[in-house]
Amino acid sequence: MIERRRAIVVDDVSKHFRLYHERNQSLKSTLMRRGRARFETFEAVRHVSFEVAAGETFGLIGENGSGKSTLLKCMARIFRPDSGSIDVEGKVSALLELGAGFHPELSGRDNVYLNGTILGLSKRELDSKYDEIVEFAGLERFIDTPVKNYSSGMYVRLGFSVAINVQPDVLLVDEVLAVGDEQFQRKCAEKFAALRGDGKTIVIVSHALGSLRSMCDRIGWLDHGDLRALGPAAELIDDYIDETHADRAEEGGSGARWGSGEGRIERIELLDRRGTPTTRVRTGDTVTIRFHYATVEAIEKPVFGLAIHSLDGVHVTGPNTREAGCVPGSIDGAGVVDLRVERLLLLPGTYDITAALTDYAALHPYDYRHRAFRFDVEAGDPHETYGGVVSLGGIWRVDAFDDTQ
Amino acid sequence: MTSISELATTRDLMMNLTLRELRGKYKRSVLGWTWSLLNPLAPMVIFTVVFRFFLKVPVPRGDPSGVKVFAFFLLCALLPWNFLSNGMMGGMGALIGNANLIKKVYFPREVLVAANVASWVVSLLIELAVLAVALMIAGNFVLPWLVGVIALVAIQTVFVTGVALTLAVLNVYFRDVQHFLAILLNIWFYATPVVYPLSVVPRHATVLGWDVPLRTIYELNPMVGFVEAYRDCLYNLRVPPLGDVAALTGVAVATLIAGMAVFNRLERRLAEEL
Repeated sequence: MIERRRAIVVDDVSKHFRLYHERNQSLKSTLMRRGRARFETFEAVRHVSFEVAAGETFGLIGENGSGKSTLLKCMARIFRPDSGSIDVEGKVSALLELGAGFHPELSGRDNVYLNGTILGLSKRELDSKYDEIVEFAGLERFIDTPVKNYSSGMYVRLGFSVAINVQPDVLLVDEVLAVGDEQFQRKCAEKFAALRGDGKTIVIVSHALGSLRSMCDRIGWLDHGDLRALGPAAELIDDYIDETHADRAEEGGSGARWGSGEGRIERIELLDRRGTPTTRVRTGDTVTIRFHYATVEAIEKPVFGLAIHSLDGVHVTGPNTREAGCVPGSIDGAGVVDLRVERLLLLPGTYDITAALTDYAALHPYDYRHRAFRFDVEAGDPHETYGGVVSLGGIWRVDAFDDTQ
Repeated sequence: MTSISELATTRDLMMNLTLRELRGKYKRSVLGWTWSLLNPLAPMVIFTVVFRFFLKVPVPRGDPSGVKVFAFFLLCALLPWNFLSNGMMGGMGALIGNANLIKKVYFPREVLVAANVASWVVSLLIELAVLAVALMIAGNFVLPWLVGVIALVAIQTVFVTGVALTLAVLNVYFRDVQHFLAILLNIWFYATPVVYPLSVVPRHATVLGWDVPLRTIYELNPMVGFVEAYRDCLYNLRVPPLGDVAALTGVAVATLIAGMAVFNRLERRLAEEL
């Protein structure tokens, strides 16, 4: 690979905050404590060093409170690090909050100019980009209306449009990718892709591991203020999911439960190929989802069903025994129901199983356990790193044509 | 190169933030910008009634202009005073009022304070223009003196910006500053010859048997120099003592440098303290 220019150099950066017990917000208390406010120091970022090459898309991941947003704000020069240094080459634009600095009484047009200059554009540059900004936000008709009359969607769209059209060399993004409706999100994604194509450097802080996996070249993993690992996006996100979700799976079972109670789904299990209960499987594994049920009285033509949701709420699948043509005449007592999956095509992530026992018409629930069981999927085979929740398990074939003839 | 384009951007930012202050100031009020002119009129009427008619404060005759109207005498000082008072109060609140912006976007924070002060400069200039027209109708031909007035506005702006920068950043750490300022401004107002002429302040006073050079101490207040210089240009139509103007310029520049130093020192943790 060609030696690339460095766009961001983070060198041994630490940042701590003061957690005040009794804050000296008045002169009297300052004098009485002789100028010393009582506070504890909280180290949000500890001795972090890394470099981001020009044109690279770099992601920062970590649990809440791991210091990734603080680090991003240091890069944006909003916070100054207590020690160490951050050098950023070129014009920086930070998308931390959209429409920060909008004045509610001013029109959209005035706010474009106001916000644009706050983000570092000169009036001349804004004149030339104005039409593009308004068109991107899709607000041509409302641009002379005061922004206080905008819907929240219009507001963030305009904010995003100004920020993204600043033409930064370095773009810092904090969890603001998901704004507006689907159409606008698609426009945003295209804009990001275009910026990447133009060789802009992008740093993204996000919990949306799927988008990070598909967008980022490299990832930095922050853990309680320390830089835990640094590496290629797909690998690091797999490691991150393996690690952080390992002790999370037991959290399942907190979902709601309802039903008339003639029969109950006592327990939900996920079995690996050897029949051992587990909460961690890999893409491509052979698994069995097992319900242990018990009835109080005989139930005619019962239907068992399940649903799998990803953590961010995507309904992945919802099979049931009726549609599979597998309904017994009646059940009475205790037993098990298995759904055997030859090849689990879920991509890495955390998923919840919802289990239901209903009557044949699926109108009357005897027992409904919403998101009752949580499990993690780790990278396996097929190995896909460009986002989504399922693999199609397809097989590629590429015919090579010789087009010189 | 970068610094030049950065400077241009800062200038545009300053423009836009000032416009935001100005546009926002009288939005949603029926009279709009008329308020800017009505605002000094109420104190003018009150002070004229109380000090001129009740307390019989003497009205000095303009020398050499010959004008002798208390309202004019008052306004020549009241308008610059209002600029000081509004600039200090407004500039002081500029950081706290824009906390959300400071926490989310990086830009030179001084601009927020400077833009607020600048918006009051615009108000002052409009008010002074109206006053100048009124003075001319009354027979005081101030037109050639306006050059001096504009120079004074420039010097006073430097002074007010310096004070406002200090207050703004201190107020983030100690909210006492705003309460303290209200009292300070009240004392300062009566320690400045706005509603009375400088001549009523005794040169010497005897305090507990000691002779105190009261007038000299009184004149340490830079606003005395400002107010007198404005009056010279607008009311008396004479050149203010250049030594005084030089001293005012020195004080103004020193105040600005001190203000910037304090600001830069305390600015580091601004985003976290807000």
